[in-house]
Formats: sequence, structure tokens, C-alpha cells
Amino acid sequence: MASTPKPASDVSTNGHHAATNGDSPKISERAPLEGLADSVGRATGDAVRATQGLAGKALGRAARSLAKRLQADLDDRDPDYIRENLPLSWLMATIWYRAEVRNLKNVPEEGPVLLVGNHTGGNMAPETIFFTLAFSTYFGVERRFHQLAHNLVLASPLGPFLRRFGTVAASHENALKALDAGAAVLVFPGGDWEVHRPSWQSSKIDFGGRRGFVRLALEKDVPIVPVVTIGGQETALWLDRGAWLAKLLRLDRTARLKVLPILIAPPWGLTVGDFLPRIPLPAKMTSDVLPAIHLREQFGEEPDIDEVYEHVTGVMQEALSGLAAERRYPVIG
Amino acid sequence: MRLTESVVVGSPPRVVWSYLADLDGYDRFMSGITRWDTDGEATTGLGARRRMLIRAGSAEVGGLIEMVEWDEPNDLAWSSVTGIDQRGRFRLRPAGNGSTRVELRYQYGVAGGGFTGWLSERLSAPSISKNLRVSLQQFKRLVESERQQRVAEAAEAEPAEA
Repeated sequence: MASTPKPASDVSTNGHHAATNGDSPKISERAPLEGLADSVGRATGDAVRATQGLAGKALGRAARSLAKRLQADLDDRDPDYIRENLPLSWLMATIWYRAEVRNLKNVPEEGPVLLVGNHTGGNMAPETIFFTLAFSTYFGVERRFHQLAHNLVLASPLGPFLRRFGTVAASHENALKALDAGAAVLVFPGGDWEVHRPSWQSSKIDFGGRRGFVRLALEKDVPIVPVVTIGGQETALWLDRGAWLAKLLRLDRTARLKVLPILIAPPWGLTVGDFLPRIPLPAKMTSDVLPAIHLREQFGEEPDIDEVYEHVTGVMQEALSGLAAERRYPVIG
Repeated sequence: MRLTESVVVGSPPRVVWSYLADLDGYDRFMSGITRWDTDGEATTGLGARRRMLIRAGSAEVGGLIEMVEWDEPNDLAWSSVTGIDQRGRFRLRPAGNGSTRVELRYQYGVAGGGFTGWLSERLSAPSISKNLRVSLQQFKRLVESERQQRVAEAAEAEPAEA
């Protein structure tokens, strides 16, 4: 902030001086009530200025904290912290979601790789918890692994926790940085559009035409490893994405929110936005890691982005339909 | 968390040891192991390293392990280099009548895991314990069936020689 507000302590000290220095005789010359009103007026003005100062400070601090949270400092990832928290992730994944991650052997043993997932389960996105657990136990916490998340997720109270797990704000630049560092990077091209799709579209890959991941993989010449997940859309009942509502409230421009979902979720019942902490239904969740796609080996030196996009989403759709066919009941799996 | 399972195998310790010393052959009897790859030059003996994973609930846990004790034909022990903290030991002792008591000890956990670490160790213990038990039963069958096969082959060869 440009202005430097006067600290509250200074204000009260000045006020005290005003009552005890050379001005005080003037007050005593006036009528007692007039003097009192004067003092109250001065005190109120000081209090307002102090409040404005405090609010300004708080806002400034919040803005700086938010800006810091959204910067991609890859060094925020803390392998020891991840390791110490594996038991907590394991408990959530095993007991609550009965989660299963198949075929992690399809991820190349070393080097940068772009893991492309379908996003499920609303803002809680439970697949990120158990996939990070599975990746960390399979390859070890020593292997660098970053996940890209929406700004709002990182700005939430969970942000600092997620940053230590390797989560960075979703942007092309941050993904480039992570790949340059030799990391495995998990991206969800469908983002908020896909994660809030209606529950009856649970087995549908819907990236909303976002092709940035293909350009990213080509730019860094890294393999794409598709990861499909099912079950997240059964952790609540999503009725509508609410794209019309987000547009109406101009959230698409002000907060990069293309959707404002309408869902039924415990303990709130009908809720809009999926911003409040909720209790996810303990839906059985399954992820399958598909074979790596080496773009230039498969599509030539100058691959057509649309063709690659169609291929990746095609193989993911096929695998997701297979996982859906295995499920017999909602939530139970 | 420390788990212990044991079994009596109808073969002397040196024979039993020959199976345990062949680290490449563990996939023939170890249950729940989803990965068992050589890491480095040494494939057996003190200092040999393996990348191993075992299924526990929603995750395959394990990491890089190294053989830290190789006392033929009595004790074989390993310890984790990376991954979860783990120590394992095969302890072989004569059990009379040419048989061997094989004890498999497995200790695991996550240092600094706190209460959730304590809880997850206890919740995962039954499935890991079952895997150890099944592994030893499969090991016993493997050693004894191959021994019977050798005895049968020898018996078949004898009349022919006679």
C-alpha cells in the first residue's frame, strides 16, 4: 500500500499528550459539555484513522500473502513433510475412498513427464490426494512431483499445506519451470469446467477444448502420460456447472471462474459454488495410469495439435468408459 | 510396527538358505510384492540392493532396500535406504529331523508420522501380516515340493542303474 498508516499506539499517545500539554487550559476555559464533545470528536477521528490504518495494513498483508501463494516457488515442495504426512493421506485414501491407483509402472522411471488427468470431485478433488500418495510411495518422495492447481485452491487455507506437497498455481510458465526442473507434472486441462460436471457425466472426459497441455508437452518434448479417474463425481451430487451463473455474476472475468456449480452435498444440502468445506461421500475411487505417449515418435516432428488432443482425449475416454463399466453401484463402486 | 511369522520347512538350513540367497527368485513365493527389481551391480549377497513395493491399502509402499546382514545359513536382513522405514529379517534355525524353522520378521513405519503414522501402521498390519504368512507358506511348499521332486527323480534313476 502506498500510504503508511499511523500505528494505533502513536494515535493514543498523541491524544494523551493533547489532554496534558499546553492545550489543556483552553479546554478548561470552555463549558464542560463542549469540552467533552470536543474530546469525543477527536477520539472518534483518531479511532477511525486507526481503523483505516489497521484495515489497510491487513488488506496489504492479505494481498502480499495471496501474491506469494500464487508464485511458483518450486522449492516450497518439502519431501520430508510429504513423507511425514503420507500416513494421513494413506488413511484418507484407504479408509474413506478405498482408492486404487493402477499401472504406475507406465510412468517413465525418470525424467520430466506430463501427467494429464481428468479432474473429478469438485474443489476437494480427492484424486490429487491419493494420486500424490501413490506416486510418492511408488517412486519415493525424492522424485520431484508437482501438481498444478487453480489460484483459488492455493489461496484457500489449504494453500500452504498444498505448496509443501508440490502444488503450484496453474499456468503455462509454472508448468515450464517444473518440467525444466525435471519434475513429473500433473495437470488437469479440464480444470473447473470438468471438475464440476454433473454427476451423471462422471464417465465423460471433458477438457472443454483446452489444448494447452499438448503445446506444453511439445515445447518441452516430454511424454504425456494420461491418468483417468472415476468416483470423484459421486462424492456429492452435482446438478449443474452453473456456467450461466458465473457469467451473470461476471466471475469469469474477475476470478477466472467459468463455473459456479450447483450441488447437493452434506452437511449443507443444496449449495452453490462448492466453496464451503463439506463432507465428501465415501465414494470408491479408481485411477488408471495409461501408457506414455511420445508425441514426436507417434505423430512426427511437427505434430498437429488438434490431432494429438483428439488422440489423448480418445484413449482417456476409452479407459474411463472401461472403469465405469466395472462399477456396479454409485458410491459403493 | 513389528510383525513376526514363522514356518517349519522340511529341509536342512543350508538348502533353505540357498533359496533365500537367490534374491531373483523371491517372486516365486513372496505374496503382495508388486515390485522387486535389482538396483545396481550386485544381485545377491551383502550390499545387494532392490527396489521393492508391497501392496498396503490404497498404496504400494516400500522403496530401496539393501541387504545389511548375510550370515549364511543363519540370518539374512535388509534395511531401507529410501521410502518408508523398514527392516526385515529371515532367521533360520535347525528344528530337528533335518528341518528348519524359518522366521520372517518385518518392521515398518514412517518416522515423524505422529498419531496418523501410529494409526496407519496398526490398520495396515493385518494385511501385511497376512502377506508374510502366505509368503512363508508358499516358500515352504516351494522348497518341499522341489525336494520331493528331486527324491522322486533319484528313485526313478536308481532302478534304471540297477
